Amino acid sequence: MGEEQRVGEVIEACTTDFTAQCYELYQTPPLGSLVKTRFEAQGADSQDAWLYGIVYKAETASGDSGRRPIARGKNEQDEDEIYRASPQLLKLLKSDFSGLVVGYKSGGQIFRYLPPRPARIHGFVNLCTDEEVKQFSRTFDFLNILLKSRLEISVEELVGAALRRMGQVYGPEKHSFMVLAGKELATLLSADYAQLKTILKGLKNDAKQ
Amino acid sequence: MQNSENTLFGNKLGVVVAGSLTHGIDVRLDGTASVEDMAVGRYVTIKGQKRRFFGMITDVTLGVVDEQINVSPSDASDPFLSEVLSGTSTFGTLHVLPMLTIGAGVVGAEDAPQPVKTIPSHFSPVEVSSQRDVELVFGKEDEEKFFIGTPLDMETKICLNLAEFVKRSNGIFGKSGTGKTFLTRMLLIGMMQKSSAVNLVFDMHSEYGWEGQSENGYKVKALKQLFPDKVAVFTLDEESSRRRKVSTDAVVRIGYDEIEPEDIALLRQTLNLTEAAVQAAYQLARRYSGRKWIQTCLTLENTEETRNVLESLHIHEATFGNLRRGLESIKRLAFLSEKSGENAVDRILKYLDSGMNVVLEFGRYTDLTAYILVANLLSRRIYDQYRERTEKALGENAKPPKALVITIEEAHKFLNPAVANQTIFGTIAREMRKFNVTLLIIDQRPSGIDEEVMSQIGTKITCLLDNERDIDAVLTGVSGKNELRSVLSRLEAKQQVLIFGHSVPMPVVVRTRQYGSAESLKSFGWLGGAEKSKQVEKDIEDLWK
Repeated sequence: MGEEQRVGEVIEACTTDFTAQCYELYQTPPLGSLVKTRFEAQGADSQDAWLYGIVYKAETASGDSGRRPIARGKNEQDEDEIYRASPQLLKLLKSDFSGLVVGYKSGGQIFRYLPPRPARIHGFVNLCTDEEVKQFSRTFDFLNILLKSRLEISVEELVGAALRRMGQVYGPEKHSFMVLAGKELATLLSADYAQLKTILKGLKNDAKQ
Repeated sequence: MQNSENTLFGNKLGVVVAGSLTHGIDVRLDGTASVEDMAVGRYVTIKGQKRRFFGMITDVTLGVVDEQINVSPSDASDPFLSEVLSGTSTFGTLHVLPMLTIGAGVVGAEDAPQPVKTIPSHFSPVEVSSQRDVELVFGKEDEEKFFIGTPLDMETKICLNLAEFVKRSNGIFGKSGTGKTFLTRMLLIGMMQKSSAVNLVFDMHSEYGWEGQSENGYKVKALKQLFPDKVAVFTLDEESSRRRKVSTDAVVRIGYDEIEPEDIALLRQTLNLTEAAVQAAYQLARRYSGRKWIQTCLTLENTEETRNVLESLHIHEATFGNLRRGLESIKRLAFLSEKSGENAVDRILKYLDSGMNVVLEFGRYTDLTAYILVANLLSRRIYDQYRERTEKALGENAKPPKALVITIEEAHKFLNPAVANQTIFGTIAREMRKFNVTLLIIDQRPSGIDEEVMSQIGTKITCLLDNERDIDAVLTGVSGKNELRSVLSRLEAKQQVLIFGHSVPMPVVVRTRQYGSAESLKSFGWLGGAEKSKQVEKDIEDLWK
């Protein structure tokens, strides 16, 4: 995650989330990654207006929704042989991923709430650099958006995945990052100990010093 | 110290979340501050919006936001989970009793601490008090202030204003073996150095004048050894003093003629006298014109004449027998003599006038009869003299006599409700400073002391007490009584005292300063052998200049 790395292009966007398509099959960013794309901002800041999302879903399916893939490997020894035998598959199948919008950057400042406008279609989606992840996770206000989201993925899984991803950039400070995040969760989930416990147990292994 | 404070607790402990002026303030601890680092009796400063509040921790509790945590506590045993949960889902709460407000919040422009009349607003940050705050409240060691000890876990000096201290009667309380004697020695030294008052100590166990023994068995120097030019030791028991190699200044003898019926009345319980027998003592004293009544009573033969006398005074024969048995047991006290020869009171007064402090050792007469008799008898006469002289001073615009502090032990025997009205100590405690005489009461059973007297005590210094009634008695009339109660009963058995009342701005738990080692004694101003001889040489040189 060192260099800024382009991972896809927005093909669908609304205020709360966006879907992007990868250029290469199966090259979706990992679950919970922090990604960014441009959005339409007004005024002088429009050049440097980025919107942040957390990857909550990735999907690979046929590019044509009317044509389902069929099983092809009956006589093949190796899975990769299938793709070698039918190279068109790489073009017919598409990998998409979706990001939940958790904040934006405008005028050099990071806001951890929804941006005024959604992402642009055909906007490039980049993985955030370590430095950006650190900046974004300096406060945990975005956790509330994750906790309140209504997605196919369970909230506990999403929060856990996001924090584990972010934790990776902290190196030796990972433990204290996890503890601080945990404390924020404990405050937000003060009324639901069961949910809190599930998330914390998911973070436990990553928080080991 | 500032640094170690920072590393130990961080500075901030938590925030105010609830409270009332009467019941104290609840402070929710931050996750970083451990409940185990808190201790009742420790000071905290609350930074309100307009002023700072100075308070004392009186209770520590644990809380959870969700009862579920208590239902499945095993989950929280994981180190990561417990680290996350502490301070968030599970937290500690401090109960703080605000005592004083300091300044208007502007550091550097502080005015004197004032008693609290309000409480800090919600979410005011709470910190461990800084040295500076403690100094601001208790002042620094100076001409009048005596360094008595340090607050818990701090190095700041807590000072008692002894010039104020001696203006009221004061009490030192605590269970046996909690350090009352050490504390008293220290206070006596303090009074010698920091106030203009002189002390008269009725030293029941002969431990204030010359060296005493600590519980560990080593010897502890006392007043006369430390300040020979300021202290005179009087003794009732010359032999005992000589055996202990005490350099005494005088031997006290008391004549029968000095004993008055009031003294007998006070001894009613110890001598097992009936009320009628006490009345008989008054009657006989009147009949035999005061002075010689005891000898006369003791020598009365069982004759017709005696019976007539008793009949004329309406004294029953059995009553007389009872009184006589009592007087016989007084007579056995060897320091009593037919005639005292020299008036002990005058001699003591002469020393006191010249600014010497007097310790009266009782030697082997450690029973209460002797102690009560002598203490009461001498004090009454000294008090009379003081009264006379103060009144004269008022009338003639002359200088009043030096302020006098009388130290008595086992005070509940003098000041229990049954006799407090009769003894001179009751009077001194009540009328106190008008005549420049006050008491320093040392007692292990404060519940036995008359309430009226207790209420007049200016400063109370209490070591550990664990009897409910004793604690109640000591805390009568103090605001925040319930909170202080928990502090008082959790004092350590040694070297920790709770001080509250006239001479401290707020109740304070103090780890008392060291007393006993040569080093600690030097800090009290004692000159050890080598320095002493140097000082003497210098004094001699100065003489010839």
